[in-house]
Amino acid sequence: MLDGRGSVKRRAGARLWLSAGWLAVLVLAALLAPWITPKDPLAQDLFLGRLPPFWETGAEPGYYLGTDSLGRDVLSRILYGARLALIVALVAGSITCLLGAGLGLLAGFLRGWVDVLISRFIDIWMAFPPVLFSILLIAVIGPGLGSIILAIVIIDWTRFARVVRAEAMAQGAMDYVASARVAGRGRLGIMLREILPNVLPTIVVLLTLEMGIAVIVEAILSFVNLSISTDDPTWGGMIAEGRAAVYQAWWVLVFPLITLFLTVLSFSQLGEGLKDRFDPVLR
Amino acid sequence: MRLLRTFLMRLATTAVTLFGVAVIVFVVIRVVPGNPIAMMLPPGATEADVARLSALYGLDKSIPQQFLIWAGGVLQGDFGTSITTRQPVLALVLGRLPATLELSVMALVMAVIIGGFAALTGTRLRGTRTEGAIDVANGMALSVPDFLWGLVLILMFGVLVPIFHISGRVTPSLDLPFVTNFYLFESLIRLRLDLWADIVAHMFMPALALAIPLSAIIGQLLKQSLKETMHLDYVTLSRTKGYGENHVILREALPNAILPTLTLVGVQFTFLIGGTVIIERLFSYEGLGNMAIDAVINRDLPLIQGIVILFAAIFTAVNLLVDLAYAALNPRLRHA
Amino acid sequence: MSYLEIDRLSVRLRGGGPLLRQVSLTVAAGEVRGLVGESGAGKSMIGKAVLGILPRSTEITAGRIVLDGVDLLTLPPAERRRRIGATCALIPQDPLTALNPSRRIGPQITDRLVDILGWPRVRAEARARELLAEVYIPDPERVMRSYPHELSGGMRQRILIASAFAAEPKLIVADEPTTALDVTVQKQILKLIKEMQERHGTALLFVTHDLGVVSKVCQSLSVLYAGLVVEDCAVRDFFRAPGHAYSAALLAATPKYTDAVASLTPVPDTVIAAVRAEVAAADRRMSHG
Repeated sequence: MLDGRGSVKRRAGARLWLSAGWLAVLVLAALLAPWITPKDPLAQDLFLGRLPPFWETGAEPGYYLGTDSLGRDVLSRILYGARLALIVALVAGSITCLLGAGLGLLAGFLRGWVDVLISRFIDIWMAFPPVLFSILLIAVIGPGLGSIILAIVIIDWTRFARVVRAEAMAQGAMDYVASARVAGRGRLGIMLREILPNVLPTIVVLLTLEMGIAVIVEAILSFVNLSISTDDPTWGGMIAEGRAAVYQAWWVLVFPLITLFLTVLSFSQLGEGLKDRFDPVLR
Repeated sequence: MRLLRTFLMRLATTAVTLFGVAVIVFVVIRVVPGNPIAMMLPPGATEADVARLSALYGLDKSIPQQFLIWAGGVLQGDFGTSITTRQPVLALVLGRLPATLELSVMALVMAVIIGGFAALTGTRLRGTRTEGAIDVANGMALSVPDFLWGLVLILMFGVLVPIFHISGRVTPSLDLPFVTNFYLFESLIRLRLDLWADIVAHMFMPALALAIPLSAIIGQLLKQSLKETMHLDYVTLSRTKGYGENHVILREALPNAILPTLTLVGVQFTFLIGGTVIIERLFSYEGLGNMAIDAVINRDLPLIQGIVILFAAIFTAVNLLVDLAYAALNPRLRHA
Repeated sequence: MSYLEIDRLSVRLRGGGPLLRQVSLTVAAGEVRGLVGESGAGKSMIGKAVLGILPRSTEITAGRIVLDGVDLLTLPPAERRRRIGATCALIPQDPLTALNPSRRIGPQITDRLVDILGWPRVRAEARARELLAEVYIPDPERVMRSYPHELSGGMRQRILIASAFAAEPKLIVADEPTTALDVTVQKQILKLIKEMQERHGTALLFVTHDLGVVSKVCQSLSVLYAGLVVEDCAVRDFFRAPGHAYSAALLAATPKYTDAVASLTPVPDTVIAAVRAEVAAADRRMSHG
């Protein structure tokens, strides 16, 4: 039994490190993209269209993971795509977190009409099919990096708001909050100094998970061809092209898919790992 | 009595939610840049032509006025006319709904089978390597969303070992004798097993992609509550009566472990239905979601409205049904 | 000849320390034996070992459990389960958690008769009604159709007693059957168990921490400390003159309504030290022999 528990812990640790490791590699790749990419990710050469990866016959030297139908280097596009994916993950994740957690905290701590109003909005939001809603929003605000971030924030704030609201409510009922109130602390003070620190681990875990979701949403929007522009290298855009030509050039789908898969898995496993480590609430 | 009152309260909040959804969609899509009317007309149409068509679709009025007219129509069962196809929205939407329903229900059934099997096996073999393997697989399945599983499945069973179809709902060259759009159901009723097999071969991968994350949730949650139940006194008592492990898990623990799982599965099922939008696109499956994306791309305002409202109605209906099922299955509530 | 014979039974936590140290005891047909000791002394563990419901975290390392001439530990698991189900029963501690909340009372009493013993359903149901009447439950018909949450704790304990006697078992393990109940109900339930035991002539292994209960119900007694039987004697002799210093101290610590000061006497440290030395000696014997 003790052995069993020990091995589970080790596995959880390995999970955490592997995820963090992959994400670190990705960050490095994104930062160093201009120096490490073998080719220009935008350069088209129709004579070099659909070259297979290096170990297949017919491969050209320098195009390690092959090329797409327009002759663009798959590896270079994946590396540049990492920049966009990570920007979306960080910026959209953080803004969503601030908005959602803020509203959740207000609703859960202040209760009353604020809570009624925010909860009603959450209910309405939960009745929207999220993917359709995001596609609709992008169609409305028009494509572009800012639009994607905005769409993610508008759709996903409820993920934070729901959990943080419930958590703030539970914390608000505890004795230490009552004693802070007796001690004469103001409502804002109690909310920020007493409740927020106790909800923070939950928020950090949700933020990690949200980053993975943001990467997926960006990929989905690029896949539906609503994301940035068709030229800019995005993993979702590459996947869309690969899906269309999956029988002719599987590598155009496989390599961005593996990258996206590992990235989403890493964010999620990192979140789960952090949850097991730090957060008694979500466990 | 109390049950009835909670039920009526739920109905009222549902109505408020649907109204909220309608208002938001209505306002949001009217801010869309790009005039849908201009897209309908051939090049060289005059200003007067545009104005005439706008009036025809009621787009020349103010947004609140448009909403009132539209809402009045909806209450009479008229959801307006699609701008691109010029057919009634209700007929279009109802025509596609069966495809999406069949896909969602198929995915739900798969998720319950896979997740239930994983949970029961994990409980039966608790403490062994098999349980550890099931936990790891569950964690993986849960971490990656349906969209990516769909792509992985396409590569595995569409390209590497091509045993299933990767696009469409049915092979187009087949002659379909159906009178409804519930192909899967009707082919079974008519005992056209050849058609049924073709439909399943098309539906299998999109349904599985939708099912994988949900099955992991079911597997994890059910296993956890089974394991908690296995420690309770009535389970121990049942063992002393001479019953074996399988009987104890299935007859004593399972009925009590299902209840906490059920409520969560209800919410997750609405997420699954939401997921059909992108999965249908990925597999070119002719359902509501695919039509919705086309409607957005073509700026077909009445159609978008109709589809979003329908999705919202389905979501709230599923939640209501789950609450009723919970009350029906829980003897404490049934006899309260 | 005794119906149940436990012979030098040792149980330990998997990968951990011993829970039972070479426990030996016998229960004759129709005899009531009390198992007493402080919490954690391993008294419940003995009952669980007999019924084959030890937790997965524990294992039997040595010894025999002979039931009606057959060593249970040498039987294949399925065979052992059936034999226990057909001849033994458990009266559990907490009536609130010992009935399955999602099943009606009737089937929870008759399931063993039908599934394990192969009785026709009608006969099993008649038997259940008869037993419910025996434990003074009014309107057995209605109770059998009820769910557990519709009944009081005392009612449920009566049902569990009826259920334990349903298959006319030769041996019943009663695991602190009154601890979880109201004081007012405790006496009735105790009386009921005694009455049923005498009427059916069942042997009873009565796990309790309450010496007052032992004096009312049991004929013989095993006193446990840290999984070691420190005294095994007739109840009459025990209350007249306990044979072991620890037993005497335990008896002295039992509340007496006549003497408020005596009831507060804890077990003296010297006695604890002596009994611990005995436990250590037993461990040495086990590891050397």
